[in-house]
Amino acid sequence: MLSKKLLVRFATACLFVCCFVFSGQEALAQRDKIPTDEAIIKNGEGLFKEYICNSCHAVDKKLVGPALAGVYDRREVDWILSFVKSPGKMINDGDPQAVALFKEYNQVMPNQDLADDQILAIMAYVRHTEENPPVEAAPATGAVGDGTAQAGGVPSEYLNVIMVTLIVVLVLLLIVLVIIINFVGRYLKDKKELTENDEEIVNEKFSITAFLRSPTVIGIITFLVVALAAKNVIDGLYTVGVQQGYAPTQPIAFSHELHAGLYEIDCQYCHTGVEIAKNANIPSVNICMNCHSDIKTDSPEIQKLYAAQESGKPIEWVRVHNLPDLAYFNHSQHVTVGEIACQTCHGEVQEMEVVKQFAPLTMGWCIDCHRNTDVNTQGNGYYDKLVEMHNATSKTPMKVADIGGLECAKCHY
Amino acid sequence: MKENQKTYWKGVEQLTNEPSFVKNAEKEFPEYLPINENGEGSSNRRDFLKLMGFGIAAASLAACETPIRKAIPYLNKPVDVDPSIPNYYASTYVNGGDAVSIVVKTREGRPIKIEGNKFSSMTKGGTNAQVEASVLSLYDKERLVGPKKAGAKTDWDTLDKEVTAKLGEISAKGGQIRIVSNSVLSPTTKRAISEFSAKYPTAQHISYDSSSAYGISEGNRRSFGTSMVPSYDFSKAKTIVSVGADFLGTWISPIEFTKQYSRTRKINAEHREMSRHYQFESNLSLSGANADYRTGIRPSQAGPLVAAIYNGIAAKAGQEKVNGGNAGEVAHVTAVINELWTNRGAGLVVSGSNDPVVQVLVNGINTMLGNYGATINVNAPLHFRQGNDQDMSSFVKDVNDGLVGAAIFFNCNPVYDSADGQALQAGLAKVSLKVSTSDRMDETAALVDYIAPDHHYLEQWNDVELRTGHFSLVQPTIAPLFSTRQAPETFLKWSGKTAEYYTYLQDNWRENFFTKQSDTSNFQTFWDKTLFDGVFETGGDSQAYSFDFSAVPAAGTSIAQNYKRNGEGLELALYEKITIGNGSMANNPWLQEASDPIAKTTWDNYLTVSQAQAEEWGIKMDDGTTEKVTLTVGNTSATLPVLIQPGQAAGTVGLALGYGRTNAGRVGNEVGVNAYPFITKLNGANVYDVFAGVSVEKTGESYRIAQTQTHQTFMGRSNVIQESTLSAYQKDTKAGREYPLIYKEGEYIKPSKITLWGGHEYNNHHWGLAIDMNSCTGCGACTVACQAENNIPVVGKEEVLNRREMAWIRIDRYYSSDAPVDDLIALEKASENPEVTFQPMMCQHCNNAPCETVCPVAATTHSTEGLNMMTYNRCIGTRYCANNCPYKVRRFNWFKYHDNTQFDKNLSMNNDLGKMVLNPDVTVRSRGVMEKCSMCVQRIQAGKLAAKREDRRPVDGEINMACASACPADAITFGDLNDKNSRISQSLKIQEKEDGQGATERVVEEDRAYHVLEEINVNPNVWYFTKIRNKEKQSTEA
Repeated sequence: MLSKKLLVRFATACLFVCCFVFSGQEALAQRDKIPTDEAIIKNGEGLFKEYICNSCHAVDKKLVGPALAGVYDRREVDWILSFVKSPGKMINDGDPQAVALFKEYNQVMPNQDLADDQILAIMAYVRHTEENPPVEAAPATGAVGDGTAQAGGVPSEYLNVIMVTLIVVLVLLLIVLVIIINFVGRYLKDKKELTENDEEIVNEKFSITAFLRSPTVIGIITFLVVALAAKNVIDGLYTVGVQQGYAPTQPIAFSHELHAGLYEIDCQYCHTGVEIAKNANIPSVNICMNCHSDIKTDSPEIQKLYAAQESGKPIEWVRVHNLPDLAYFNHSQHVTVGEIACQTCHGEVQEMEVVKQFAPLTMGWCIDCHRNTDVNTQGNGYYDKLVEMHNATSKTPMKVADIGGLECAKCHY
Repeated sequence: MKENQKTYWKGVEQLTNEPSFVKNAEKEFPEYLPINENGEGSSNRRDFLKLMGFGIAAASLAACETPIRKAIPYLNKPVDVDPSIPNYYASTYVNGGDAVSIVVKTREGRPIKIEGNKFSSMTKGGTNAQVEASVLSLYDKERLVGPKKAGAKTDWDTLDKEVTAKLGEISAKGGQIRIVSNSVLSPTTKRAISEFSAKYPTAQHISYDSSSAYGISEGNRRSFGTSMVPSYDFSKAKTIVSVGADFLGTWISPIEFTKQYSRTRKINAEHREMSRHYQFESNLSLSGANADYRTGIRPSQAGPLVAAIYNGIAAKAGQEKVNGGNAGEVAHVTAVINELWTNRGAGLVVSGSNDPVVQVLVNGINTMLGNYGATINVNAPLHFRQGNDQDMSSFVKDVNDGLVGAAIFFNCNPVYDSADGQALQAGLAKVSLKVSTSDRMDETAALVDYIAPDHHYLEQWNDVELRTGHFSLVQPTIAPLFSTRQAPETFLKWSGKTAEYYTYLQDNWRENFFTKQSDTSNFQTFWDKTLFDGVFETGGDSQAYSFDFSAVPAAGTSIAQNYKRNGEGLELALYEKITIGNGSMANNPWLQEASDPIAKTTWDNYLTVSQAQAEEWGIKMDDGTTEKVTLTVGNTSATLPVLIQPGQAAGTVGLALGYGRTNAGRVGNEVGVNAYPFITKLNGANVYDVFAGVSVEKTGESYRIAQTQTHQTFMGRSNVIQESTLSAYQKDTKAGREYPLIYKEGEYIKPSKITLWGGHEYNNHHWGLAIDMNSCTGCGACTVACQAENNIPVVGKEEVLNRREMAWIRIDRYYSSDAPVDDLIALEKASENPEVTFQPMMCQHCNNAPCETVCPVAATTHSTEGLNMMTYNRCIGTRYCANNCPYKVRRFNWFKYHDNTQFDKNLSMNNDLGKMVLNPDVTVRSRGVMEKCSMCVQRIQAGKLAAKREDRRPVDGEINMACASACPADAITFGDLNDKNSRISQSLKIQEKEDGQGATERVVEEDRAYHVLEEINVNPNVWYFTKIRNKEKQSTEA
């Protein structure tokens, strides 16, 4: 009974506290001032990425900065507008909420050059995301990865099963044969009217030593050993220079998992050449400084950026993907024209703490893909006539190989 | 089948049928293969084992560890620079008194290729060998890395302080100060120099040019009262007469003239007219080789010949005749006079003579013909070669008299390349302050007290006035590589001005040129636009000039006095080569190895003599092996090899300027002999001819000249060159064409009807080339452009002698004559004055390619776009392909030419500085692989990608080969044969395929277009257009 009473009391207290809390927030509730228009939300989403808000903020969880969900419940819209534009000034001016944020996160958000309606658009996007939490998306690139693995033909696990079955069948066959021979031998021994020759064969004793010393067996075994060794050597030679899985230690412990994975920063934000040039470009320090002039300034790794900036010596990253000089590869052809996801060749970089070479980068690998990939012709005037001519003679979609994608001088000149 | 009666021959060896020629002609490669450097025996078994052992060890070591390669991004990436994306900047090539508007291609901030600027109304996108090669000079290791004092390193502050102090001292004492330079084309630099003169009142600016045009400007002063070199418009001329002016090669503004000239040489069925070009000259020049009628004359005939033409025209125009000496019998003079008179106002007479009085008569001829205002424009004179020979002579005299206190040599090298070089060298010690702004320790700079090295033109801001009212900006395309400083800025500094030259330049433009336009009122907009375009034009003046006939009689008298035929004596004619030019770029190996268009020689100069003369001296030339002789004129002599040059006028010998450098650098030093000391004076001007006192003595010493000429021959296959005359073409557009037929089962059929080949399907593109042999002047700009674009190595003289030059595009030069060449007398006649045909030859990208079928490793294959592809990393070097190539266009890498001290003249591949010029999109080939023209596949791929990114097909002209884009004559057309509207499809008149026709074969309706060696049916993707000469009949001598 006592416990029940206590429970009631506790519940009442809770209710009371809740009422108090909610009533307090009720007074601040600005949610309705946030637009819900589709177009504005879309625009906000774009801005959220363009201004890389996502590198420090998420809607539903705390990252470098606070989670944004419900910020319009916690703060006045005007406050938000002025804070986004110049947070440093507000902290210096002693705005209690701004100072509290600074104390909690020990960071000053960079000033954002945004107009009021743009900030509202971002808020609209935050509100929309909060009210319609995204459904957990399936990994985007799984299918592509499988595609490459299967490109070689029968998957390896099937191959093993087939092999084992074959061996079992062979052994069974052998046993059956031995039984038959024994049986026939005994039967023949019982028979008396055998010729001398036949008797010799029937009475012949099977000697394991003699069998092993027979030139045929020695020959076969020698051949097998030599063939296996040769195969291994050749296989080994094929892997010379193939650095699949190469994951060197970089001068700065940069994590793609953090930047591309957790903060969902677009690859193109840093790798600026990927859509326009041959090289994807390793970002120059000034790109790092877009964020890191304010973020995590105390980290020893980030300090290396400042050191580089001050000394004027660029950072010497270790090259992970070493395509030979004789092969010409152009990123923009594949990313912009072919619209191939970065992960197809680079793997799930957003999950890599240290970047490693995902693909073998061998010519066979290039060729396989060119054989199996449909040309991305949709809406590209360059291909119109080619598609028309291809469809006139073939029912399968046009592959890269069909338009000269296997020719030497497409990559070697 | 054989209608063409002409005999074509590539050199005198072929004509005389020397045994060595016959032997070599049958072989692709010479027998001797001297790969062993020490020359002793071959490697033995031990060497083999050693190499094997090392090879295995090296291979296993290399396999063990992954080499760590660094990727170093920018610290702060410049906005406009993206790795792998080329940027193009409009600028201006400036070298001495020459300038050309260009576009510079840069990669990652490094200039790697020069293209012509199509916005320029003068050169219209054309370049020449020197312009193309100039980018390599930027990365020359021999450039000075900073200021020098008495040969030792110093810094700019010290230099400025000391030079200013000494200048002040000299000026205070009233001592004379001289700034010596080549023609200064930059108005702003001139202003800076005038600031200097204002500060030091005794300062005077002397300008001279190694190849002077003083005779023209002085001639014009006498004729019109103003010193100037007028601008010419060959495109409006129907009759072109040149007396010794190599206007297509080296005379004043050759690229511009070639552009104009080639427009008058383009003919087709709809337009069957072309200009007629008469050339009178001693050495066979590029212009002479392209002339319809060429007459060999002695230099001493030039003056009287001009007088004779003057008199002929004067008789028709009712003017006074002039007594200008006796030219003797000169062929074609009457025809010239009559034609010029018929085409009044549409003719042009030019003379290469630097004698002012000859130029007065030439002006008189053009005046009487009414060519002024039509083909000659005196209101917008050219600014090239404004040097004053007399000023220079008196400067040298003053130096020797001890009258000059300070001499500043502003980007010039007069000790080497002026007529008075030796006198200047002797007197220079008497000058108390000597300063040079040279970029290297050249012949003059080696004798001065201070060197204040100037930037290379690709590193500086400047402006150039090419002709009155036609400006072109120079903008830097790379930060200065060394501690150099722009010369005009140096002058400003020494005048006490602190302005940066860029600001000074902009200020000058704001004050003087901005005001001459009305497009914009914002200076920045104007500046940005001008910088983008590269050129800015305000137009010439409108002053009226009238020819002063009173100057004519005196001119005639002078000619009659000075131009006397001195019996049978030898005469010497000095000339410039289109490659080396005046020698200022002698340290550029691309130019040294570019073969001379006429003699097909590399790495040398020599005495050109006629076959008859050589016969007389008993000198034979065989496979480049010749004899050395000693040439003496007065006190000057030189020992040099003899080259038998068909077309060399009887009684004359020729010698090229620009060689014999001693302080150019390791590439240019000790190549050939210096011909500048042979320059003589006439009427106050430097004259490049010696009329008398020329003697030649045999030394008996044997010498080999490295020629690229006799390496390949077509073994008498008559349809390689197909040509005709204009009169025949006017009647029949198939004139000169040969249609080989093959005998099969009782009938003659087209070679393409018998084939084992299935042909190729070209659904996407079908790249092809059309080469107009009528436009091609043979200048060789394409060869150097290709070298720069495709990272082609320089192999050096020794390897050229071994026939291992690497050029992907060569220009075959064929001589032809009607006369049979069976015996010696006929040979003399044949080589007296042959016709010349140029044929650019590169991989023909055969559809039925013989090379592809013989490659055992499929390293050379055919693409779906019509290209014959060469895959270096697959090639194992059997050289079967080269042996099976009917066009002999494949090149084999006998050595590793990069990072190899034995090929240190290959500047672009053997030091870190030189390597900056390499095109990053093209592989540097290694030893043991074959290479050849790729049709600039890297440009095709880049062009296609640009189109794909923009979701469209490539536009015709957007993709162009390096050779086609460099060509100043627009002789090479590259394009997609699948695109009906492309220029190449239009010019070839490509028709839809007929039913049942092979997939690859194209229906070409243009009658002039043919395939070289059509009878072997390799079906190339390169077409040639017949050569049409504007002659009355097919003959060498009318």
